[in-house]
Amino acid sequence: MSIPSFIPHEKMSDETFVLNLGPQHPATHGVLRVKLTMDGEYIARAEPVPGYIHRMHEKMGENRTYAQFLPNTSRIDYLSAMHYTHAFVGAVERAARITVPPRAEYVRVITSELNRISSHLVWFGAFLLDLGGFTPLLYAFDDREKILDLLEGITGSRLTYCYYRFGGLYNDVDADFLKGTRDFTAYMRPRLDMYRALVTDNIILRKRLESIGPISAEMCRKYGATGPVIRGSGVAYDVRRIEPYSVYPEFQFDIPVYPEGDCMARYLVRMEEIVQSLRIIDQALDQLPEGPVMAEKVPRVIKLPPGDYCYAVEAARGRFAVRIVSDNKDIPYRVKLRAPSFSNLSLYEEASQGMMLPDALALMGSLDLVIPDIDR
Amino acid sequence: MNISEPIRLLLFLAGIMAFVGFNAAYLVWVERKGAARFQRRPGPTEVGFAGLLQPIADALKLLSKQVIVPPTSDAILFRLAPVLVMSPALMCLAVIPFGETLVARNINIGLVMVFAFGSINVMAIMLGGWASRNKYAVISAARVVSQDVAYEIPMLLVVITLLMVTGTMDLNQIVRQQAGWFWHWNLFKLTANPLMPVTFVIFYICMLAETNRAPFDMAEAESELVAGAFTEYAGMGFGVFFMAEYANIVVGCSVATVLFLGGWQSPIGVWSGPWWFLLKMYFLVFSVIWIRWTFPRTQFYGLLNLSWKILIPVSLFTLVLSSIMLKLF
Repeated sequence: MSIPSFIPHEKMSDETFVLNLGPQHPATHGVLRVKLTMDGEYIARAEPVPGYIHRMHEKMGENRTYAQFLPNTSRIDYLSAMHYTHAFVGAVERAARITVPPRAEYVRVITSELNRISSHLVWFGAFLLDLGGFTPLLYAFDDREKILDLLEGITGSRLTYCYYRFGGLYNDVDADFLKGTRDFTAYMRPRLDMYRALVTDNIILRKRLESIGPISAEMCRKYGATGPVIRGSGVAYDVRRIEPYSVYPEFQFDIPVYPEGDCMARYLVRMEEIVQSLRIIDQALDQLPEGPVMAEKVPRVIKLPPGDYCYAVEAARGRFAVRIVSDNKDIPYRVKLRAPSFSNLSLYEEASQGMMLPDALALMGSLDLVIPDIDR
Repeated sequence: MNISEPIRLLLFLAGIMAFVGFNAAYLVWVERKGAARFQRRPGPTEVGFAGLLQPIADALKLLSKQVIVPPTSDAILFRLAPVLVMSPALMCLAVIPFGETLVARNINIGLVMVFAFGSINVMAIMLGGWASRNKYAVISAARVVSQDVAYEIPMLLVVITLLMVTGTMDLNQIVRQQAGWFWHWNLFKLTANPLMPVTFVIFYICMLAETNRAPFDMAEAESELVAGAFTEYAGMGFGVFFMAEYANIVVGCSVATVLFLGGWQSPIGVWSGPWWFLLKMYFLVFSVIWIRWTFPRTQFYGLLNLSWKILIPVSLFTLVLSSIMLKLF
């Protein structure tokens, strides 16, 4: 790891002041509050105060039937709703021993990866906005719009999808979607080259991100950080590989890993992940089998046998797991949602210590936090 | 022309105020429209043809709003800061030669005056930030001071280099020396100093930093400091700061045009006149807008490093080179 270009602020003076970053602040992208103890422009302590948008999703899960709770899961991280519904649907299917038809699994992979790309595009725009570059946001949203249009065509919604059902999908994909997705993967690759030329290789951006906000692999493990954060610290941890689910083992894809651990590494991981998602989508479209998209004999009211069930997916921000404890009723005894943003945020206090305010905000942006995902 | 001096001055005063007002309003429109084009969207379209009345609508909205002075703020300084930020820009334009005779007050140390009044801008933003008694505003005020002090030095070093070439501080005289084809511009006077284009680039970068424009907009880093020194300003208090930003860009680009790009001189040797001055100045203004919507913001210590480690040594070198060339030839 190279030495940062500024002199680290080793000893904090006694004259510190408290700066409330949020709950309404342009850089927190939501209602996160960070209580900063500042020494001049250096951060002596950064204490995240979540809870401003807590909606008790876990508690809601405990007094609803499984089908009633399903739409809630897409509201937890509204930017990667597909992955979240996938985890919940997967947990119920695993417990109820429902076999999902292969076509449904392939479509799940396609839509999940599309959702990952759209989520990363939002992050790309918002992160550049944090760094003071406004223009990339509009380009990223232009690309994302194409994904939203595609997904709207088959799911009916543009953001909080509830497309996966216990045993399959809400409906089958049509020819328009398949053609549109093929066109999109062909369209997106040159766009990524353009982003690389215009944004990634910009000297100002490189200077702002390289060797800024280093996070070691140990720190990631200590706080349970997953997703692009831990992959940017040199650990090839990806739920799609480590705990394979759905039909991911059928596809060839790489797990982008950058060992530097700085903001640039996390940036590059996400940009590379878009490429890998495009690869997966292309393969899934090629191999897409015919057949039904809904399992037969899925009971109308699902009652899970008593036990403890867990299903993890690789959401856009890391490992999202749903754990259901059932006591043989039609509503679960306990629903535990393991959200990646919460763990990714928890390392912020340690990682941001002694940083300057703009660097700390670059670090926060590189963690890609979604506030409702932190609070749930 | 047989206009008496007081009336002439009054006319110029009105002219400059109108010029600044018009520019401040319509550069906002150009900026919004330009930004929209860079971002593949139409920009303002609703108010008037192509949104041309949008600045007037915005100004009316800001004027109709209450100017809120926070109870904890220093009320006098808080009100003084917007005035202080606007007036130096007007003063600087008084000595800028728009044309051969189109200059409000042609004084022989015009260049000194521009830089003397130009640095008041810093103090005004600092006062505004300090008087607000807001933590974000105070951080912004501290940033503005260290940034503008750091960039004043290479800027003045570059100007001294140029003064060695021109031998005069009279802005109109400097323009007259650049008569003829465009290779007579100070920018291309390579015989006097082979690094003249470099000095122009340094001057341009410093001008961006002095006017707090992206990628050096540390004072108003909206994703870090909300609105920086202007966080507590509402209504026209904010509007004046906003206008002053554009007025200062106009001043900075005018000075760059006069010093390096031949002012009102025609690049092809004939039909010299104010239109050339305006054309060159607005080209520079457009490039400023272009840069803002293309690059992300620099890091604060990166900004200071750029000044102290690169710009100041390079500008010192051009200064020395210029004096050696002056002695040799």
